[in-house]
Amino acid sequence: MKRLSSQHLRLVLLAAALLAYPLVFSGAFYRDIGVTFLLAAISASAWNIVGGYAGQVSVGHSMFFGLGAYTPLLFYTLFGWSPIAGIPVGIVFSVALAVVIGMPTFRLTGHYFSMATIAVAELIRIFVGTWDFVGAAIGLQGPAVARGWWDLTFRSELPYYYIFLAVLAVVLATTATIERRRFGFYLRAIKASERAARSLGVPVRQTKLKALALSAAFTSAAGSLYACKTGFIDPDSGFGILVSVQMVIVAALGGAGVLFGPLLGAAILIPLQTATNTWFGGGGSGLTYILYGGIIVLIARFEPGGLFELWHRIRPQRWRRAHAA
Amino acid sequence: MVFVQVITGGLLLGAIYALFSSGLTLIWGMMNFINFAHGEFVMLGMYVALLVVVWLAGGPAIFGIAAAVALAALGIVIYFSLVRHVIRGPMLAQILSTFGLALLLRYSAFWLFSSNFRSLPPNALSGTLSIGGVYLPVAQLVAGVAAIALTIALHLLLTQTTVGSKLLAVAEDRTAAMLMGIRPDRMQALAWGLSAGAAGIAGALMATAYPWSPSVGETFGLIAFVVVALGGFGSVLGSLYAGLIIGLIQAVSAYWLGAIYKDIVVYGLFVALLWFRPQGLMGKA
Repeated sequence: MKRLSSQHLRLVLLAAALLAYPLVFSGAFYRDIGVTFLLAAISASAWNIVGGYAGQVSVGHSMFFGLGAYTPLLFYTLFGWSPIAGIPVGIVFSVALAVVIGMPTFRLTGHYFSMATIAVAELIRIFVGTWDFVGAAIGLQGPAVARGWWDLTFRSELPYYYIFLAVLAVVLATTATIERRRFGFYLRAIKASERAARSLGVPVRQTKLKALALSAAFTSAAGSLYACKTGFIDPDSGFGILVSVQMVIVAALGGAGVLFGPLLGAAILIPLQTATNTWFGGGGSGLTYILYGGIIVLIARFEPGGLFELWHRIRPQRWRRAHAA
Repeated sequence: MVFVQVITGGLLLGAIYALFSSGLTLIWGMMNFINFAHGEFVMLGMYVALLVVVWLAGGPAIFGIAAAVALAALGIVIYFSLVRHVIRGPMLAQILSTFGLALLLRYSAFWLFSSNFRSLPPNALSGTLSIGGVYLPVAQLVAGVAAIALTIALHLLLTQTTVGSKLLAVAEDRTAAMLMGIRPDRMQALAWGLSAGAAGIAGALMATAYPWSPSVGETFGLIAFVVVALGGFGSVLGSLYAGLIIGLIQAVSAYWLGAIYKDIVVYGLFVALLWFRPQGLMGKA
């Protein structure tokens, strides 16, 4: 009982800190970091459902992000729909795409899934870049001036911050629920050993497909939020491989398959990314990705469980030492 | 005549695809491991060729061998420092290790060499041949023929020599191979050397005939996936046929539909393959 309450206390503290952050750090620079952090945490948490819990490593999640980003802006451009109406359509598209990719690749081993996701994301990126209907290489614009709150176009960062925070809460609450349900146990069983899971009667393909669809839906929502906030989208910022890379590294650094792993990863990487961009100017983005690549290699080589696992390994030793003294 | 030229050009490029893809398929077949950085190895081979030409004024034979040796060494280093440790780890670590390596190599190349397109300075292979009205750059012809010869050589190495039998023995059953006195670690390191070396020399061959920038690694990596998926995982001969087919499809679709659609057609083919024939043309189910 005591353990439970301390967990609750930590959760309340985390929520309070996140709620208070933009009020304490009210400068535009800090609020922008906050919003970027939340967006990274949302997409990485969405990736985490299929990549972390189910162990199906997608390196092409940008396809869902991009679909979510393009769909509301496309319907706005075509019919003047509010982005709020386009977001669910984007989610439907993303889930459909998830099924189309998952159906054939989940019959095969995990490598196929990774290869297929990277190829399909690249296919869509090139295709969108040549298709005039969706703006080709230039991309699409959102509403320049809001007709009302439902256009989700604000001058201040503050409304975005709280909308993103609410979405993050929904994603994390869903993941936490899954963790405790049979579905969550299925996912972890599949990750540990697909063959063993199947022999115990876990509906492997169906479970993986459901996880991918759920993950795609949330990733799509993250893409929509990104498009609403920046007001425009082009093939690289929607479907580019670096969008997928960021989701993977944020989740893997914190801890893939851990509820708060992506949050920790984003809290480290987003300030780091902002810092390298500020220090090294325009050339900084290239350096950021060298750094990202290096971090990914180091995680894979030394700590595939991410920082959360490292923390859990170190902590009991410290505790024991403190009590021995 | 134009169409004959398109087909010949496609097959010659496809031969180079076959060469570097055979490296990817070798690792996949031996270790059940996908190297996401394979396209980056090809890209590095191109820059090694460039540096050898610019700094040492080396001819085609020298920069070709230099690229092969440099990349083979890199492959062996990567095997011992990274791959050996993640191969028995979780799937996440296996995929992230070479995926992260790909990013590291790609953006380091951007940083070192800038994103400008480069091509080799004029060398012994510059110039054009005319064979019965079909105009072919000498470099393209030499590169294509050399790539086919090297791919066949790799196939023969695997199927006809003792070293090849040892490699295949480790692929089949690591423990049994060990009991026969084969050291699996050495064989797998050798496979990584061969694989990366093939990518390196393919890059050097390609550099003689086509301009490039650091971003080509991503494209070649994906093309290698498609070739391997078409040819069947682990089959060098399969990737020779598949490489030629992919080169041909690219050339024809670029000719009919426009250059920007050639990659769309190839990646679309990959998705279709996954749906309808996931084991590849020559692969077993």
